[in-house]
Amino acid sequence: MAQPRQFCTFHLDRCLFGVEVHKVQEVIRDQAMTPVPLAPDVVSGLINLRGQIVTAVDLRRRLGHPPRKDDKRPMNVVLRTEDGAVSLLVDEIGDVVEVDESGREPPPENLRGVGRELITGVIKMERGLLLLLDTDKALAIPTEV
Amino acid sequence: MGDMDDVVAEFLVESYENLDRLDSDLLALESNPQAREMLASIFRTIHTIKGTCGFLGFGRLESLTHVGESLLSLLRDGKLGMDANITSALLALVDATRRMLSNIEKSGAEGEEEFAELKATLTRLQGGLAPAPKKPGAGAPSNAAAAASAPPASAPMPAPAPTPSAAASPAPSAAALPTAAAPASSASASADNSSAAAPAPKAASAASNAKSEERAAKSGGGDHSIADNSIRVDVGQLDKLMNLVGELVLARNQVLQFNASTNDNGFLATTQRLNLITTELQESIMKTRMQPISTVWSKLPRVVRDLAQTLGKKIRVEMEGKETELDKTILEAIKDPLTHIVRNSCDHGIESPDVRSQRGKDPEGVLRLRAFHEGGQVIIEIDDDGGGVDVERVKRKALSNGLISQEQAARMSERESCGLIFAAGLSTASNVTNVSGRGVGMDVVKSNIEKIGGQVDLQNRFLEGLTIRIKIPLTLAIIPALIVVTGNERFAIPQVSLLELVRLEGELAASSIEYIEGAPVYRLRGHLLPLVFLDAELKLAGKKSADEAINIVVLQADERQFGLVVERICDTEEIVVKPLGKLLKGLSVFAGATIMGDGHVALILDVMGIAQRSRVISEVREHTGLSADSNETAKANEKRRLLLFQVGSDLRMAAPLEEAARLEEFPLEQIETSGSNQVVQYRDDILPLIPLADVFGRASTRTADDPSPLQVVVARCGGRSYGLVVDRIVDIVEQELVVQRRMQREGLQGTAVIAGKVTDLIDIPAVLRRFEPAAESSEVLA
Repeated sequence: MAQPRQFCTFHLDRCLFGVEVHKVQEVIRDQAMTPVPLAPDVVSGLINLRGQIVTAVDLRRRLGHPPRKDDKRPMNVVLRTEDGAVSLLVDEIGDVVEVDESGREPPPENLRGVGRELITGVIKMERGLLLLLDTDKALAIPTEV
Repeated sequence: MGDMDDVVAEFLVESYENLDRLDSDLLALESNPQAREMLASIFRTIHTIKGTCGFLGFGRLESLTHVGESLLSLLRDGKLGMDANITSALLALVDATRRMLSNIEKSGAEGEEEFAELKATLTRLQGGLAPAPKKPGAGAPSNAAAAASAPPASAPMPAPAPTPSAAASPAPSAAALPTAAAPASSASASADNSSAAAPAPKAASAASNAKSEERAAKSGGGDHSIADNSIRVDVGQLDKLMNLVGELVLARNQVLQFNASTNDNGFLATTQRLNLITTELQESIMKTRMQPISTVWSKLPRVVRDLAQTLGKKIRVEMEGKETELDKTILEAIKDPLTHIVRNSCDHGIESPDVRSQRGKDPEGVLRLRAFHEGGQVIIEIDDDGGGVDVERVKRKALSNGLISQEQAARMSERESCGLIFAAGLSTASNVTNVSGRGVGMDVVKSNIEKIGGQVDLQNRFLEGLTIRIKIPLTLAIIPALIVVTGNERFAIPQVSLLELVRLEGELAASSIEYIEGAPVYRLRGHLLPLVFLDAELKLAGKKSADEAINIVVLQADERQFGLVVERICDTEEIVVKPLGKLLKGLSVFAGATIMGDGHVALILDVMGIAQRSRVISEVREHTGLSADSNETAKANEKRRLLLFQVGSDLRMAAPLEEAARLEEFPLEQIETSGSNQVVQYRDDILPLIPLADVFGRASTRTADDPSPLQVVVARCGGRSYGLVVDRIVDIVEQELVVQRRMQREGLQGTAVIAGKVTDLIDIPAVLRRFEPAAESSEVLA
């Protein structure tokens, strides 16, 4: 378990998040988005990924962050899931980093709210912290009204 | 071969394939006699052929394969070792079988050959006789003897004629080993090691075998073996092709759009060609997935016959349009509903012979199945000349079951009342038989058919019969659709639901939409058409300007019409239906999505879903629709007494009152701790307390130093009591419980609007179950 693992990183509202690299299918630029009326708030819309229709989830809304500024275009981190590809909208894409799991810590006790559910661990990097995102949970949106 | 029974044809194709595999399996087995699983598979193949032969009445083939099977079973059980003799004999068996099959294919009969010597050989080998001599010379005499005992083998046979005359070549073909078969036509075959070791007649039959292998080629074109003309393809492969063609159609659409903006003639011509070829390719690929409806129907006569016997009725089945083709996935989907309808018709449609005589009908009832194409759809009719539906009785039954109210019953048209037989929990059969009448089924039939975009319709003739009409789309993947625009978004409306388009301009636009208590309607040729504004329904920001024309798309949903008001109507287009991801599955107003010519995604409207959401379908209808969705909600419309309470600061929850044994308040000083749980002494028992705020991940509103007593709902589960700690008991209300949305979350049944507010329905048993194991273990400890 102590083997270094690779994470695909991205920025969201001044935080650095990481998703295991094997879960990421690809990263693409901002795409034409078709909004889905009546859909859960976190669903930003549908994009056309080379003929495949992919649901895009805005991670900002999922984590309860304020919306992106209008002039900022999000990036699509397309994740592989059992239910086909799903895109996670983030602010900016970072590097793929190799991380030593031994430096991993559980999320701090004072982390509250949605973040508590979605962040599985924190890795102390030289510059800042890398928050490990549980993609399954991030994409499991309660279907409540 | 043309009129050959489908079953036999299927048997042949399958057997040929199996035999081809057997050849290679046997050879592999010879080189590796330890491969037990391979033996088992060979055994199964032969066994299957034997079984099917017995079933189809091919006695000779059956008896031959039976001998082979006995030998194989010894081999499989390890009582006999594999050697070259046995392999050869088995290969001879394969060839003999193949020949009989080809006779069956040509003439429908297996031919006159008895294959006595082959059987003898196979039987002899079972005796565990010492392996036949390996030397070429030595093997021959014994085989010659065997050959002699057989009817005279006409040595170099001409290619057997395609009719029973093939039976005139009684010599079983022994030299099936490819190595032997190659030089077979010459007498040198006997010098070949493996061929010589073959216990069956050699040279002569080897020659005939070689000839018989040429037969397919020689016996003239058009008479290919069935197996040569068809191949089996994995359905997954076809699906993939279908997807790719879907992509191609989209690409074509994009090119065509580009086409409109150019004047290059060469390019125009090329795109035209591309257009044609794509269309043709699309049709061909769709055809590969088409199967005649007879594949589903063929099983029905048997079902009817058996049913008729159990019920003491006489029923004749007539079929019309057997060859009507449908997409495989659709066939799969209608198989069960169809069988169910047929059973239903037999059971409580067609009367018993004496009742029929009394009513002046032929004692033998007729069940007529018809299938035909109509306007891009397939219509399947199941028609019986039985008693039809007694509308009054259905109504009474629905009334007594509480499915409809008195005034609804009075208001209902005959057609609507008939539709009640699709409501869950309703059976009009006077007594429950083991065939039908349990009141489940017709609702499932309806929902299954609606799931694939189909519709069910009844034509009732009281005392004279009932026709059930099923309309289904030909295929699901590519559909024609009307593209509309509302709130700057494009939406696709499947053409099948489309009736007409109405455009109101100028004066009319402002005046012709009238409101009844806020419900918009339009007078369409004298009838009131309920209207639904798409922008309002989807909560889109539509631009409203008074002078603009109004476009009404008149749609059909479940026999009802309604008008969908959209901003703009574009074109019709062939669209490729793509499913929505899991995150959006809950949205009933969308049937899927598609990619438009410009590469953008457009949502496909689910007409039924919109009608239900906007409530333009009457309540009874809606109710049947709801109950069809899930049997669990069948009794949802009963009035229930509900306990409302609050968990945490914001979670409003409800539980059926009967699930709560008592409501209690416990002063803080009564609360004790056992293990990690809080408990209370309660009626000579220890009541474990379960804080619901923790269960549902809410922060309790209680502060640590709050002196007020705990609010507890006492519930029982598995003979034990538990105390559910809530923040506040809100109320007890009595109302209809309509579960709006089911949730995947554990411990919740769904959401409903209770006393005007959205409320989560707690699933108390599910919550308690989580605590049960812990409770049990504490008992053990005690």
